[in-house]
Amino acid sequence: MEKVTSLASEKGLVLFSKSSCCMCYAVKILFQELGVTPMVHEIDQDPEGWEMEKALKRLGCNGPVPAIFIGGKLVGSTNEVMSLHLSGGLLPMLKPYQTLC
Amino acid sequence: MNSPTPQFVPSRLGIYEPIHQIGIWGENFKSNGNPNTSTSVIVEVDNKLENESETTSHEMLTASNTYEQEASKPIDKIQRRLAQNREAARKSRLRKKAYVQQLENSRLKLIQLEQELQRARQQGLYMGGVLEGSHIGFSGTVNSGIAAFEMEYGRWVDVQHRQICELRTTLNAHISDIELRILVESGIGHYFELFRMKSTVAKADVFYVISGVWKTSAERFFSWIGGFRPSELLKVLVPQLDPLTEQQILEVCNLKQSCQQAEDALSQGMEKLQETVSSTVAGGPVDEVSYIPQVATAMEKLEALVSFVNQADHLRQETLQQMSRILTTRQAARGLLALGEYFHRLRALSTLWATRPPEPSLP
Repeated sequence: MEKVTSLASEKGLVLFSKSSCCMCYAVKILFQELGVTPMVHEIDQDPEGWEMEKALKRLGCNGPVPAIFIGGKLVGSTNEVMSLHLSGGLLPMLKPYQTLC
Repeated sequence: MNSPTPQFVPSRLGIYEPIHQIGIWGENFKSNGNPNTSTSVIVEVDNKLENESETTSHEMLTASNTYEQEASKPIDKIQRRLAQNREAARKSRLRKKAYVQQLENSRLKLIQLEQELQRARQQGLYMGGVLEGSHIGFSGTVNSGIAAFEMEYGRWVDVQHRQICELRTTLNAHISDIELRILVESGIGHYFELFRMKSTVAKADVFYVISGVWKTSAERFFSWIGGFRPSELLKVLVPQLDPLTEQQILEVCNLKQSCQQAEDALSQGMEKLQETVSSTVAGGPVDEVSYIPQVATAMEKLEALVSFVNQADHLRQETLQQMSRILTTRQAARGLLALGEYFHRLRALSTLWATRPPEPSLP
């Protein structure tokens, strides 16, 4: 759990993913379209991946991936990110982290 | 209505008129599917009035008091009677129109069903593909899940159609925003019901949902991950909503953009899934007889398809939700009418296509 929370606070936009997960891929594409680059942690390639998975589940992520943290706080999984985006709430949260291209 | 007898529907006051009028109302009531109740009440009331006897029903008591009052104002009585009869006649005409509309739609639906049945018989039922090579027990569950969905969906389309007709007549009449809101809420809720149904059957057989075989052919043409594209929904709705305020235009614009972005992301995720499954199935040496490991691994990867179908429906739901928030009640009602009518026309297109005359054979 500590690893997850510490990694989540390391950068403004953090995404916990699995390299084999296509829904995680979709979320990565969405962030790309929005002009942000999240810090991605592939937990299936992490030696402590199993613990991280349990930690994410305990935090409420059913997937458990993708799990998105903005500003160190858990936003949620795909559902939450999509709802937030359609309601117009995601872009303001991402503004500080948008890279100028 | 300012009638002193609010419990009566206006048409029942047709009893004041000569007997031959009752026949007309009776016919009209038959169209509502309540032949016996209404007609017998009319006859009963008529008899009681002629006898000037007290009745036990509350409605009749109110009516009796009113008749005594009206005895002192003969001119008003006549005028009011005429107005009420006009109102009754108008409502009767509207009901007849709705009934005829219902009949025509049922006829179209019948043709559609007959065509589908014919096609199903010719091509062999979809179940044939599902049953091949699967264990009896599993396929039994899958089939019952699919059968249940097909029945529910048939009912869903019927309710959808009724709601659209109701929206149409209501928007043309002068109805309060509060009552219109109720229709809007139930209209949106009806779509949410469909997403719930799809989620259940997707667990049983996600390929069934994605194939769109449960929809008509024209609808299937536009299918995106087991349903309509949210951005398509907005394209159909927005032109019907004029005039929009500046604020609304901005919000709809933003919604269009975020919708498109979310759709693109899911589409690319689906492509990635296809690539993954394809390479998994194709992987491994082909000169080996056993392909079980590849197929078994591919099975695991296909689990993700369920989450894509669910996410696509989530997107549809959120789009409807956001539009409902942005629009006024009346705009939302017009939007729902436009959307429902659009799908209805697509279904009609499918039927028309299925019943088109065969191409003449070459000489």
